[in-house]
Amino acid sequence: MDTEAVLPENDPYLEKIKELENRISRYESLVKTNSNNLMSGYSAKSFFERFGLLFAWAILILAIGFFKPDSMFSWNSYAVMFGSNTMVVLLTVALIIPLTTSDFDLSVASVMGLSSMMIAVLNVNLGFSLSQSLILALICGAGIGALNAFFIIYFGIHSLIVTLGIGYFINGVTLWISNSQSIAGVSMSLVKAVILTRFLGIPICFYYAVILVVFVWYVFQYTSLGRRLLFVGRGREVARLSGVNVEYMRAGALIASSTIAAFAGIIYTGMRGAADPSSATAFLLPAFAAAFLGSTTIYPGRFNAPGAFVAVFFLSTGIMGLNFLGVDSFVQNLFYGGGLVVAVSISQLIRGRQQMD
Amino acid sequence: MQNALQIRNMTKAFGGALALDSVSLDIKKGETHGLLGSNGSGKSTLIKILSGFHEPSKGTEAYLFGNKLRFPLTGAVTRSLGLAFVHQPDLTVTENFRIGDLSTENNWAINWKNEHREIKSVFEKYNLDINPTVQVSTLSAVEQALISIVRAYEELKLGEGLAAKKNGVLILDEPTPFLPRSGVDQLFDLIRRCVSFGASVIFVSHDIDEVIEITDRATILRDGKLIETVETKNTSYNRFVELIIGRSLEGKATKKTNIHYDSQRLITVRSLEAKQLGPISFDISPGEILGLTGLVGSGFDQIVSALYGARDGTKGKLSIGSRSINLVNFSPIKALERGIAYLPADRLAEAGVGSISVGDNIVMPNYDNLTSGYILTDPIVYKYSERLAEDLDVKPNIPSLTLSSLSGGNAQKSLLAKWLQLRPTLLLLDEPTQGVDVGARETIWDELNKLTIEGSSIIVASTDYDQLAQICDRILVFNSGIIVEEMTGGAFSKSEIAECVYTVASQSQKGE
Repeated sequence: MDTEAVLPENDPYLEKIKELENRISRYESLVKTNSNNLMSGYSAKSFFERFGLLFAWAILILAIGFFKPDSMFSWNSYAVMFGSNTMVVLLTVALIIPLTTSDFDLSVASVMGLSSMMIAVLNVNLGFSLSQSLILALICGAGIGALNAFFIIYFGIHSLIVTLGIGYFINGVTLWISNSQSIAGVSMSLVKAVILTRFLGIPICFYYAVILVVFVWYVFQYTSLGRRLLFVGRGREVARLSGVNVEYMRAGALIASSTIAAFAGIIYTGMRGAADPSSATAFLLPAFAAAFLGSTTIYPGRFNAPGAFVAVFFLSTGIMGLNFLGVDSFVQNLFYGGGLVVAVSISQLIRGRQQMD
Repeated sequence: MQNALQIRNMTKAFGGALALDSVSLDIKKGETHGLLGSNGSGKSTLIKILSGFHEPSKGTEAYLFGNKLRFPLTGAVTRSLGLAFVHQPDLTVTENFRIGDLSTENNWAINWKNEHREIKSVFEKYNLDINPTVQVSTLSAVEQALISIVRAYEELKLGEGLAAKKNGVLILDEPTPFLPRSGVDQLFDLIRRCVSFGASVIFVSHDIDEVIEITDRATILRDGKLIETVETKNTSYNRFVELIIGRSLEGKATKKTNIHYDSQRLITVRSLEAKQLGPISFDISPGEILGLTGLVGSGFDQIVSALYGARDGTKGKLSIGSRSINLVNFSPIKALERGIAYLPADRLAEAGVGSISVGDNIVMPNYDNLTSGYILTDPIVYKYSERLAEDLDVKPNIPSLTLSSLSGGNAQKSLLAKWLQLRPTLLLLDEPTQGVDVGARETIWDELNKLTIEGSSIIVASTDYDQLAQICDRILVFNSGIIVEEMTGGAFSKSEIAECVYTVASQSQKGE
């Protein structure tokens, strides 16, 4: 201010300064528009990335519906599909929690099988009340999660190995407590609470899964806990050095995953009023396929609950449609197995691209 | 006499900066040639080009025993022509090295007894008393170093006939910083023995005394340029120091210090001990910026992580004012509760996550305070972090970008903003301006200055003497894990620090 006062009105320097100031403000506005363009370009691209799978789902329905409009466009088909895939949704959500902290849980399907069988054994063979059986099954699930966490974190063993082993061990326990037999006759009130009650034609258990998806979505996306979990998964050392208790977080994720798997076991028993000792393991791969496919959509690049939800029903719609077209049941294996590899490849592409820009 | 290795116009640019500026160098047959220079002199770039890690710019030529080398080099090619490397800091690599490789017989069934006998005879040739049946990981650091040299040299001789006749060139990259004096002597005996067998040796080191002791000639690099190649016996210690740090004494910085001498708020460290470190005791006043420095391997860089509780096996006491903290069982969580923050040197492995947004990386330690009514949304995080990043002039200031998309300097400013928002009582920095451009440096220093005005203390561990000279009120110089020199008064120049570091390192070795 002082210098300005001293300088005469028509000082050549003042003009020069004014000219330079103008030029700077012009550049600044240029930079601003550039960064705005950058932002909008980013969102157009990301819009397609986020909702691409939803479009693909719609196209899939229309394409198969073109050939089989009667079955493909009937609400009842979807009502059945939504209900029968509840376990897959639950297991997928269970998986994405430890996947976010960078741990695999291969034992979820086995935990679901054990929990399903435990309810039948406790309720039918040993005469426990239904609620006692359910609570014990959930506690057992949490316990297995804690066991996984103990070996993974305390001994520093890779989660793939631990959960593969524990899962196989649990399969043995399931066969053992059931004498390798299916057990029927579980209390009808469970069946009622899972499948007989319907809303909009869809079994009520589907809505339990929806509630869980919404809850996990909220935790991952809208809480500090969810954001810290992501740091734990992406950079354990960064999280540790930023004051995050990495061990607690990882153990918590594994326990949550097994507990949700045990809950899936409750639904599985309730859906049939019975439990069998071996069918549960077939749910592992579909859940993995959906978890990875889900990580390419809604919030691309992250394991996320709404994405997983969409992915489960995208895959099962495809299988349902192909069944309508008369393709044999082997298509299920093709679809889930192929889906997993394609999904992982896509998520790798997204990750690679993100590093580039 | 023909040269073993000729380098002509070796140039390497990273981005726009020249790491090596047309360096031409001859290594004579059968000589031990020292390669000296401070950090950033281009020494390691030169070695990395020869080991095939970097590709040099066009115009670079190199000849090994008269054979023209084609860039980028590969290990197999250079080895067959007679060039072998021993990289000391990667000692773990030797763990899975099979001594059995020394046997030339290509048997499917290995005769271990024969093998061991043969190895024993090889060891005897080099005067080494090492049992070939024990696992490498159980050997001492010295023995591991000796074995890796024998292995490198024997491999050369067992390579193609060409190399065997010419005896090869052995490149020893900083082989001594982790060794005790007696180990250094053993290592030098081994080098002399290799030379007596006809080898040429390039000896890369920080240590002037060692270079004087073992080399015939030495080349000094500074700022990517070859300063001079000297006959070692005609060159004094001081002359080496002059050549390494450059003669120009930059004007002493006039710093404003913000120290408040207040015994109530003094931070003290007492008998800090960790692996190969300590015991160390020192004090820091409120508002003081304390520098820690020394040669690579002297332990100065471990102090900051030890004080943060990030390092296992730390012992000692830290007190902030009247609160005393036992460093056993100390952890980053507890450190943060007591107002201590730590910015590690490894930006994308320890300080921040590249694939997560800049906003989240900045706001992370403050998530809980920003959560209102159980909800924390992206807009809240981004808006808050945008303001913090603004203060540090992060460009571009778009919090939704991933951290890895920012340049080194801007990533560093963002990560500094992450800790500055907590206004820590004690801020620990490890190489805070590594790979950071000059403009960003100024911003970082301004912010650190503001923090000290508020009475916070800062510890900076660095080998960048220029930076230490500019910002520190006091500097502690380390050697072999302990404080050996204290530079006080705030008025020291870059070359004074460098000189002190080199002098204490060589003095203490003589003393042992």
